[in-house]
Parts: sequence; C-alpha cells; structure tokens
Amino acid sequence: MAKHTVIPFGPQHPVLPEPLHLDLVLEDERVVEAIPQVGFIHRGLEKLVEKRDFQTFVNITERICGICSFGHSLGYSQTIENLMGVEVPPRAEVLRVIWHELSRVHSHLLWLGLLADAFGFENLFMQCWRLRERILDIFERTTGGRVILSACNVGGVNQDITNEDLRGIVHILEGLVDEYNELVNTFLTDSSVANRLRGVGYLSKDQARDFCTVGPFARASGIAEDIRSYGYGGYGLLSAFEPVVAEEGDGYARCKVRALEVLQSIQIIKELVEKIPDGELSVRVKGSPVAGSVAVSRLEQPRGECFYYAKGNGSKYLSRFRIRTPTAQNVAGMVHTLQGCDFADVPLNILTIDPCISCTER
Amino acid sequence: MGSFRLTKMSLRNLGRKPATRPYPQQPARYTPRTKGHIVNNIELCILCSICQKRCPATALTVNKAQGTWTINPFSCVQCGTCVRVCPKKSLRMQPEYTAAAAQMHDCTLVKPEPALDGERSLGSERPQRSERLPGSERPQRKPRPERPSRIGC
Repeated sequence: MAKHTVIPFGPQHPVLPEPLHLDLVLEDERVVEAIPQVGFIHRGLEKLVEKRDFQTFVNITERICGICSFGHSLGYSQTIENLMGVEVPPRAEVLRVIWHELSRVHSHLLWLGLLADAFGFENLFMQCWRLRERILDIFERTTGGRVILSACNVGGVNQDITNEDLRGIVHILEGLVDEYNELVNTFLTDSSVANRLRGVGYLSKDQARDFCTVGPFARASGIAEDIRSYGYGGYGLLSAFEPVVAEEGDGYARCKVRALEVLQSIQIIKELVEKIPDGELSVRVKGSPVAGSVAVSRLEQPRGECFYYAKGNGSKYLSRFRIRTPTAQNVAGMVHTLQGCDFADVPLNILTIDPCISCTER
Repeated sequence: MGSFRLTKMSLRNLGRKPATRPYPQQPARYTPRTKGHIVNNIELCILCSICQKRCPATALTVNKAQGTWTINPFSCVQCGTCVRVCPKKSLRMQPEYTAAAAQMHDCTLVKPEPALDGERSLGSERPQRSERLPGSERPQRKPRPERPSRIGC
C-alpha cells in the first residue's frame, strides 16, 4: 500500500478567488480523498436581519457576494414580496430580469476568463474580461454602480431604463456577440482547451442527481433543471425557454454550458426589451410581515438554484432569513469529482463548479 | 480541431487602441448616474431625519436642535436611499468619487439662520425669532469646525 500524504490546499491559492480549504489525501500523485473546510469568511449577515428593518436589509443582501449581488437583492425582495403579498409592477419585473441576465453574462464571462487563466491561456483570459467590461459599463450607465447596483428594492426597482437606453443596450450586446462568438469558437474547438478539460472532474448524471447538484454543474451532467423554465417574474413573458444542457459531465461540458448560456441570456434580454411594458417601477410596501408568516423563493443565480426563506414576527424586523446557495449544494459533488483525480487537476476541478464561498458562508 | 483559433482576434487587437485607459493620467469616466458621493443643499433641508432613519450604513446624523446635518463619507455606501426618501429633494448624488484621506472625519453642514425681519420671503408663515415664546429659542449652534475642503461638504 502506497504511503498517503496530506496536502493542505487553500484558503489562499492562486486559482481560488475565494477562501476554501481542502485537505487533499494523496497516494503518489493521485487524490484519494478531499476534506473541505469552510468558515474563513463568515460575516453573520443572516443574523443581522434581526437588527435591520426588512426594507433596509436589501442593501445587506446585495453585499453577500460581489458577483451575484443583484441576484441576492432580487431573491430577498421576491421573498419579502411573497411574505407580504406584494404584487410587483410588470415593468419592474422585466427590468429585474434584464439586470439579472446581465449579471449572468458578466459572471460567466468572469468565470470563462478565470478558467482560461487556470489552464494558462492568458490571451483568452484577457479577451473574456475585456468583453465583461462592457457589461459593467452598462451597469454603471443604468444604475450608477458597477458591482453593487442598489437598483432592486422590496416592491420593485428604484431605477428606470428608458426604452431608448434599452435599445442601446441591445445594440451593445449585438456588438459583443460578434466578438464573443470568436471566443466561444476558441473554447469549443481549440484543441489546447479540449486537451486540458476533457475528462477532468467527471460526474455522471446519476451522481449529479444523488449529490443534489444545481446550476451549470448539474446541467453539464445532463440534468435539464433551470428555475427560469418555471417562468417566475419577467421570465413569464418569454415565448420559450430551454435550459442549456450537455451530457458529457466533465469540465469541458461545464465550460460549454456556461459559454452557451451567455448567448442564451443575451437572447432573453433582446426578447424582453421588445416586450417590456410601460408603467410603474415600484409599489409602496406598507406595514410589517405578519407574525409567524413564512415565505420561500427560488432564483436561478449564475451558479445555480438559490433558495431563500424568510419568517416574520409582526415587527419591521424579520425573525429568520436563510439562504441556501448553489455552491453549498455543489461542494459535495465537487469533493466526489476530486476523488481519484490527478493532483495537477485539482485547481481546474474546483474551478469548474465556480465556487462562491462568500455566498456559502454569508 | 486545431489551435490558434484566437489568432485572428489577437492580430486585429494589435492595431487597436488599448481597452483600458491610463488612470490617473487620464481622468476617470463618469456617467450621469454614477454613484460618487452625496451632497446636501442645506438651504432646502428641513432636518426631518428621514435620511438618517433609512440610511443602511448609519452614516447620517441629523440634529434638529443644533441645526446640523452630518455625513460620515467613509461609512456611506452610496446606495442612494437617502436621495430617494428626501421629501425636499435637498440631497442628491454626484458622480465624482471622493478622494482617499489619511484621517477619517465627519462632514457637518449647518443650517443657516432664518432670514431676519424685512428679509423674509413673501408668504412665509414661520414666526420670527422675536415672535417666539420665551425659552423656545434655538440653542447656541456649534461653530463649524475648521477642516480642509472636501468633495461633498
């Protein structure tokens, strides 16, 4: 029997954007077990809901994560609207979806760049982030912020995008698609990318289901599960929605799913810009959640399904707020893919689930 | 399958301008909605404290007795909530980012004294200082502290 060696991996590591620690048990160059450890970035944001009133707390939820900041404010607002029976104006619903899909585009472009950087394709990394910058510019023009948008609040949105600006956004995205297609061509047909990613971190469809994986990680293993297909909020206006699915279950499939989801999100934005109704942006939310009332909400974040739970106690403060994040769901599947992989593939394996430890620990 | 798929784009980029700009040699770009810093037109402000109550970062302090409105620019997260809730629209968001500072300090604005007799605007129903009941005068205001001028103050 070969000697086992334990190598600590993280929380500071060049490939990890966020602090995740893994104890890798190695047998020669092969990982036989990976023991994850989190807790380096816990900020107690869920507990803070007892100290901040439910309208103000939306600013806190936005700061859970820097990538899906708008998604968290949207998920929290949806949950409180469910809790209090608030009906959001249709224009606000569509604007929320447009910002959320732009967030998905910038998140996936960021991830694709990080992936290219992880396997040493610096040029591709720079090109992805160059395109991502245009999305951040759209955020700044429409909301005033590049990362923290502060555009969503309970009852609607607090910023409008004029129809002329919406057409301008579509024009920018159409220009972006031309250049992005060249990047997709590189990701999906370049032999250096395929050689590095094919077969890395394989997870079968049954295993993906058993480990309750969500998001692109699950869809790359053939599970056609996407909360957007249920048509919540502004997604109900879409004529059709089919999740992007791949069957291979390896790192290359995850790259393919995310690369094609960017194009899908741009299509969603273009369709919604044509269908956006006029009207109010927000409704005034009066009163407080009823004591003992409970509401849940689900949202398709860039990394997968995110689940929100809120419980009112009759005051303007909530008694409980809980988020189940996509990374928390995907860590079990990631640990499984690490078992049996080469030590050199560990960074790529971790990266292909797009972990967000800030969301996970809150 | 093949390599060099990105060569065409890379060669094309050789003849283009850089995608980034050399800051600070070139100034940063702002949009009209950029959240830079909060300014208060203290002439319009009625010191109602709504901004203080709604501020998620507790960066604002309003003292109606002393007639002061104070912002801690280092706590402010530029969410714009105070601008939206201000009933007199005296608060507004300016696009320029504030500069870094070696020392953190608050920025206090003092509400100017109301106009004296003869200078009152027409239609003003507010009683003059001389018409107030004894003992109801405003307390002595603190002098504005001597500080270097900053954006937003």
